[in-house]
Amino acid sequence: MAAGVATWLPFARAAAVGWLPLAKKSMPKPPGDKKSRHDEILLINVSGNRFQTWKNTLDRYPDTLLGSSEKEFFFNEETQEYFFDRDPEMFRHILNFYRTGKLHYPRHECIQAFDEELAFYGIIPEIIGDCCMEEYRDRKKENQERLEEDTEAEMATETPLPPDSTLRERLWRAFENPHTSTMALVFYYVTGFFIAVSVTANVVETVPCRAPKGMVKDLPCGEKFSLAFFCLDTACVMIFTFEYLMRFFAAPSRGKFMRSVMSVIDVVAIMPYYIGLVMPENEDVSGAFVTLRVFRVFRIFKFSRHSQGLRILGYTLKSCASELGFLLFSLTMAIIIFATVMFYAEKGTKETNFTSIPASFWYTIVTMTTLGYGDMVPSSIAGKIFGSICSLSGVLVIALPVPVIVSNFSRIYHQNQRADKRRAQLKIRLARIRLAKSGTTNAFLQYKEHGGLQDHGSGNQALCIRNRSAFEHQHNHLLHCLEKTTNHEFTDEHTFSELCMDESMGYRTSRSTSISSQQGQSTSCCSRRAKRRAIRLANSTVSVSRASVQELDTLHLQKNTVIPQSRSSLNARTQDLKLNCTDFTAAIISIPTPPANTPDESLPPSPAIPGILRNSR
Amino acid sequence: MNLEGLEMIAVLVVLGLFVKVLEQFGLFEPIGVEDSTEDDFELSTVCYRPEGLDKLQEQTKFTKKELQVLYRGFKNECPSGVVNEETFKLIYSQFFPQGDSSTYAHFLFEAFDTDKNGSISFEDFAMGLSIILRGTINDRLNWAFNLYDLNKDGCITKEEMMAIMKSIYDMMGKCTSPCMQDDAHREHVESFFQKMDRNNDGVVTIEEFIESCQKVCLLVENGLNQTCFKTFDLT
Repeated sequence: MAAGVATWLPFARAAAVGWLPLAKKSMPKPPGDKKSRHDEILLINVSGNRFQTWKNTLDRYPDTLLGSSEKEFFFNEETQEYFFDRDPEMFRHILNFYRTGKLHYPRHECIQAFDEELAFYGIIPEIIGDCCMEEYRDRKKENQERLEEDTEAEMATETPLPPDSTLRERLWRAFENPHTSTMALVFYYVTGFFIAVSVTANVVETVPCRAPKGMVKDLPCGEKFSLAFFCLDTACVMIFTFEYLMRFFAAPSRGKFMRSVMSVIDVVAIMPYYIGLVMPENEDVSGAFVTLRVFRVFRIFKFSRHSQGLRILGYTLKSCASELGFLLFSLTMAIIIFATVMFYAEKGTKETNFTSIPASFWYTIVTMTTLGYGDMVPSSIAGKIFGSICSLSGVLVIALPVPVIVSNFSRIYHQNQRADKRRAQLKIRLARIRLAKSGTTNAFLQYKEHGGLQDHGSGNQALCIRNRSAFEHQHNHLLHCLEKTTNHEFTDEHTFSELCMDESMGYRTSRSTSISSQQGQSTSCCSRRAKRRAIRLANSTVSVSRASVQELDTLHLQKNTVIPQSRSSLNARTQDLKLNCTDFTAAIISIPTPPANTPDESLPPSPAIPGILRNSR
Repeated sequence: MNLEGLEMIAVLVVLGLFVKVLEQFGLFEPIGVEDSTEDDFELSTVCYRPEGLDKLQEQTKFTKKELQVLYRGFKNECPSGVVNEETFKLIYSQFFPQGDSSTYAHFLFEAFDTDKNGSISFEDFAMGLSIILRGTINDRLNWAFNLYDLNKDGCITKEEMMAIMKSIYDMMGKCTSPCMQDDAHREHVESFFQKMDRNNDGVVTIEEFIESCQKVCLLVENGLNQTCFKTFDLT
């Protein structure tokens, strides 16, 4: 129920005294006071800003955090207030919602931050009042589109191929992203060249060339050098057919590929040639043959694979379909009206051009678009008057939907530019993430070096270790537990590659083999391992980078879980078993200590990217 | 009228435009148009509220203050009140940057998600933690057994053990010393089974598991109670 209604309830109940005389049966007993009606003021402390409100206000919406018993989790006994470690600016809006029943969206806030706050307080966004709803939805849609674009672009271009991809996958990747391999790039430019050649040939073959000897009039070049043009056409079509078949073979989903626009354009580009080959050269079908030649010009659309701008234009037109439809509709209406009027106005004139209404359509269109060829001109006075009205209204009707289309184009174009910028920045981001990850490992190794794994209080620990936060200590302890479980230790890459080489060298028992072959073997072993490691790192980097879009926080996590140690403890000798069991229980017990509110908690253990991890939508 | 090729095309184009105009008029809609404005707000912002503090206090072995601390952290990370598997994997991978912790995170998720609804609520989380931190040795061993038993059929087969072991070794990553062999986890599993499987029937049941573990861990049970209080030392 809305906020205001609750205050009127006592009034409505009091007014019910009017029913008493009319009631057929006796009235039920009023509900008993289960708890005291005495209303109290609650203190809510949001990051230092104190808010006060009646308990009743909050109880109006029992399915939100503040209205339900969930807020008891945040009650601070000592100060007798509810403490929330959230944004106080946003809280103002949340509290206003309880007070007025309407949720407003602050325009200057980031839409994601606002959504997160709503999710935290358990308020569904649909409650946003009408005054702010449109803005909210627009910005949310924009944000979603942006995120989708980014993830798509990321997945499409940046992820390296898994090493065991089939020929099909590699081929498809080469077609979609020509800059991934030189072969693909070469193919890309070759097809582009041939498209240009084909279109030029189509154009040039209609230009009149000097007539050969023995003929009077000029022939178009197409007929003079018909064999040459035919060969050129054949070559182009061969290449296009080959390209189409390769794409068809490599496409992961053939049905989807066949329905895509580019594929249809490809087919339309090459079909006329084959149909022309098949058709016989008789009179009946030569008309259709001429028509087919027109379709050859659609080869120019194949350029849209090569040009980003063309694709943007096409996408704009598609997204402005409704505006274009409206434009068309209004134009059609106006054309019909004015054509009819002009026809009847000019009907009386002798030798008029306005022979029928469809004939007047031409005049109307030419006038409304302010072309004014002058091949059809009204002569009667009525015709001239209506003609001028027609041209004035034409300007208006066309000018109206155009700005909408222009703004759409501008939005899409900027989105595209932003995508390019984002892609460029992503590389830097990935590099930083990789650095951060190696930083974590190094932090752990440094920790080990400086005696961090020994007991606290023993003098062996370096000062830098003792000063690290409790969180870091526990994290490093966790990694140490994992080492003990698997009986392997973490190392850095340099030591690892050295070790790898040593081990493989050690495996050679016979000394007779030459050193070079040994080294050759070991380097191949290491390079294989290194490659696997690089791929694994790349994979985990990608997963991290995908998450980094939603920003990760290593600190505010309490979901530490335990690695069961009993297996490792059992595998050791009985002597060690006792020791390991103590470690086990000590390990479990000491891990989930909540981070004390020390200031150095804000520093991550490594130069990791700080941020907040949020539940993905 | 004898329509030649190009004229026919021109007529077709005009007809197409006419169709578009009629669309605008709302007379009919083309097939397959999606109304994208409706599905903006799918109710994925499901808000899950845990039961009251008192009830949770009864069900778990935590004090009120401890539950409060736990919940604050939980809610901060997952404002909607539940964790799904992907988020869980992401979180877990933060702790083990060197290796691939996704498989192990998956097994852990299955162990915590007691009602098998694909997400961990605060109750699952608190109860799981309660067993691990405050439970008796028996409880903990039961929990560990439940973690290893992937298909929850009451016994651990060699394949399940292999899967678990591999996932743990995966978390180490490649940069280890000594060099990580591909089958390092196999030997580990073999020795584990030797120790555990009393009647050599190829599977480890819960009784065998508890029995083998009990013997060695009985000694520390007394030490447990004292160290428990160190857990939630709040400022």
